[in-house]
Amino acid sequence: MKTQEYTPLFDESEMQTVKMHISKYPKPMAAVMPLLWMIQEKYGWISIDAMRYVGDLLSIPHDHVLGVATFYSMYFKKPVGKFHLQICTNVSCMLCDGYKIFNHISDKLGVKNKGITPDGLFSIEEVECLGSCATAPMLQINNKEFHENLTIEKTDELLAKLRNSN
Amino acid sequence: MEKIILKDIPDLDKIDVYISNGGYSALKKVLTGMKPDEVIAEVKNSGLRGRGGACFSTGMKWSFMPKGNEKPKFLCCNGDESEPGSFKDREIFEKNPHQFIEGSLIAAYAMGIQAVYVYIRGEYWKWINIMEECVADAYKKGLIGKNILGSDFSVEMYVHKGAGAYICGEESSLMNSLEGKRGYPRVKPPFPAAVGVWGNPTTINNIETLANVPEIINKGSEWFSKIGDPKHPGTLLYGVSGHVNKPGVYELPTGTPLMTIINDYCGGIKDGKDFKMIIPGGSSMPPLTKEESLTMKMDAESLKAVGSAIGTAGIMVMDEDTDIVHVLQRITKFYYHESCGQCTPCREGCGWMLKVLDRIMDGTGRHSDLDLLISVAENIEGNTICALGDAAAWPVKWTVRKFRKEFESKIKNENIELPVLNKVHGLRKSDEYVTIDTDENTLVESLIGKVQEITVDENLKRYSS
Ligand SMILES: Cc1cc2nc3c(=O)[nH]c(=O)nc-3n(C[C@H](O)[C@H](O)[C@H](O)COP(=O)(O)O)c2cc1C
Ligand code: SF4
Repeated sequence: MKTQEYTPLFDESEMQTVKMHISKYPKPMAAVMPLLWMIQEKYGWISIDAMRYVGDLLSIPHDHVLGVATFYSMYFKKPVGKFHLQICTNVSCMLCDGYKIFNHISDKLGVKNKGITPDGLFSIEEVECLGSCATAPMLQINNKEFHENLTIEKTDELLAKLRNSN
Repeated sequence: MEKIILKDIPDLDKIDVYISNGGYSALKKVLTGMKPDEVIAEVKNSGLRGRGGACFSTGMKWSFMPKGNEKPKFLCCNGDESEPGSFKDREIFEKNPHQFIEGSLIAAYAMGIQAVYVYIRGEYWKWINIMEECVADAYKKGLIGKNILGSDFSVEMYVHKGAGAYICGEESSLMNSLEGKRGYPRVKPPFPAAVGVWGNPTTINNIETLANVPEIINKGSEWFSKIGDPKHPGTLLYGVSGHVNKPGVYELPTGTPLMTIINDYCGGIKDGKDFKMIIPGGSSMPPLTKEESLTMKMDAESLKAVGSAIGTAGIMVMDEDTDIVHVLQRITKFYYHESCGQCTPCREGCGWMLKVLDRIMDGTGRHSDLDLLISVAENIEGNTICALGDAAAWPVKWTVRKFRKEFESKIKNENIELPVLNKVHGLRKSDEYVTIDTDENTLVESLIGKVQEITVDENLKRYSS
C-alpha cells in the first residue's frame, strides 16, 4: 500500500545510497536496517512516519519496519538529546566503577536512565557491554565515539567540553 | 612466542603494508594451486576450532556445505561480539583487518561462496568504518570482485551494520537480521549449511576463526596443529578485564595457564589484592573459584573438565572484595534484557531469576531462593530454541552452587512456612513454621528432614481420621 501524503525524507543523492544498499542484498527487505540507519543519521531518531517511508521505499509492509525498528536497541524511537550518553554498566565496567560514573552523570545532569535534560542537550542511557572491557569504565556518545578509561574528572571535562561545543 | 594474528608490525592495517609483509599470498596460493577440497582438508587437518564460542571444527563445518552451484551460497562473518567481557574481534578489525579479509576469501573459495557478509555490531562505529575502507581497498586491488587475481573465482563482500542486539550474534538470528527481519533465532534443524540466509546454503564463522586461515594455508596444517593444546590448537586472543593491573587482549597459545596470563601478562591483581572469582570465557560461562583457577589451563578441554567452557576467551577477574551476588545480578539483568522473547523458559525465566536476585540484593531474599534460582536455571537449560537460554542459566546455576556462602550471607534469619507433600493435592501449606538461622550450614538437609517429618505426620492424620 503506497502512501504519498508525506514529503520524501531522502534527497536525490541519498536515494543513490539507498539504491546502493538495496543492491547489496538478494532481496530488498534486507536493506531495511541500513535505511533505518540513514534515517537516524539524518534526523536523529526514527518516527513512525519515517518507518512508513522506509517501508514504501522497499515495498514491504509498514508493520514489518516497525517490528524491525523496535527490535534493535540502537534505533531511537523517540528523540534523544543532542548528546546521547550511553554509559556501560555491565560486569567489566561495573568492576571498574561504571556505576559510579553513571550515577555521577545522572546526578550532575539531573536526569535518570533514558531521561533527557529540559534544554534537550543531554540524554543518558545505561547500556550493555560495548566491547571496551579493557578500557573500562567507558561511555559512547550518539552511537559513535567511545570515551574510555573514564574517571570522575575526565567525565566532568567531557561534559564541559560537550556543553561548550554547543 | 610467535603471533598468528596480532603481529607486532606497525601499520599492518594498511593494505600495502599487509601485502609487503606477505599478505594475500595465501589467497594467491589457493587460487593458483589448490582445489577447494584441498583447502577444506588442510583446514580440517590443522584442528582449527571456531573462536565464536562453540569450538566446532572449522574444516568440518565447511565440509557440510553442498558442492555444486545449484543455489547461491553465502558466508557470514560474525563480528557481532556482544558477549560481555569479549573485545577481541575489535582488535583484529583494528590491527590486522586484511588477514581476516584474506581468510574469508579463502573460505569463500573453498566453499564456492558467492557473497560474503561481514556482520559487525552497530556499536562498533569506528571499526565498521575501518572495515568498509579495508574492503574497498581490497576491491581496488582486485582481491575481491570478479575474477580475483586473474582466476575464474569471483566473490563479493559487504559490511552489514547491526543495531544493538546481543542475540544477533547467534548464527540463525544473525541470518534473520541480515535478511532485514527481527533477530529471532531459528529452530534447528535445518542447519544453515542446508537452509541458511535467504534459504540458501550458508556458513557462519567468527572473525578470529577466519583470521587464522591464511597462516594455516601458508605454513601448513601441521605447523598450526603443533601450537598450544593438541585438541584445541592455535593461539587465542585472550581478552582480560576486571581487577587486573594491565587489562587488554593478549595473543597466546591455547592451554596457557590462567595464572600465567594474569600474573605474567596482566601484571597481577589490582592493588596487590587476592582474587575470588574468574569468569573464563565471557559472561555466559560458568565461573571458576580461586582454587580451580590456580591450576587451570585455558583451552576447550581443560575448562570442559571442570564444567566450564572457553567461550570467547574473555577473562573477567574479580578481586577478594567483589560482591559476587551483585555481579550475578548484573549478568542476569543483561540476559533478561537481551532475551528475544520467543521461548517461554528463557523470556520468563530470566525475569524470574532477576527478580529473585534483586530481592536477595536488597535484603529481602529468602533461604529457599537459592534453590529456586537453581531450579529456574535448570528449567531454562536445554529447553529453548537457541543457546541464549543456556547462557543465562549457566552463570546463575554455577555461581549459586560455587559461591553459596556469599548468597547466604545476604539473607536474614526468617520464619518460613514449610510446604507439605500431600498425595492428593501435591504441595500445600502446613501450619508449621520453622526459623532458619543464617549461621547454620546444614540448611537444606534439616529442611528436607523437617518437611518429611511433617509430611508423615500429615499423612498419618489423614489416613487415621
Ligand atoms: C546468544 C549467542 C550469542 C552469540 N554471539 C556471538 C558473537 O557475538 N560472535 C560470534 O562469533 N559468535 C557468537 N555466537 C556463536 C555463533 O552462534 C556461532 O556459533 C559462531 O559464530 C560460529 O563461528 P565459529 O564456528 O567460527 O566459532 C553466539 C551464540 C549465542 C547462542
Ligand atoms: S532462548 Fe531466549 S534468546 Fe534464544 S530464541 Fe529462545 S527466547 Fe530467544
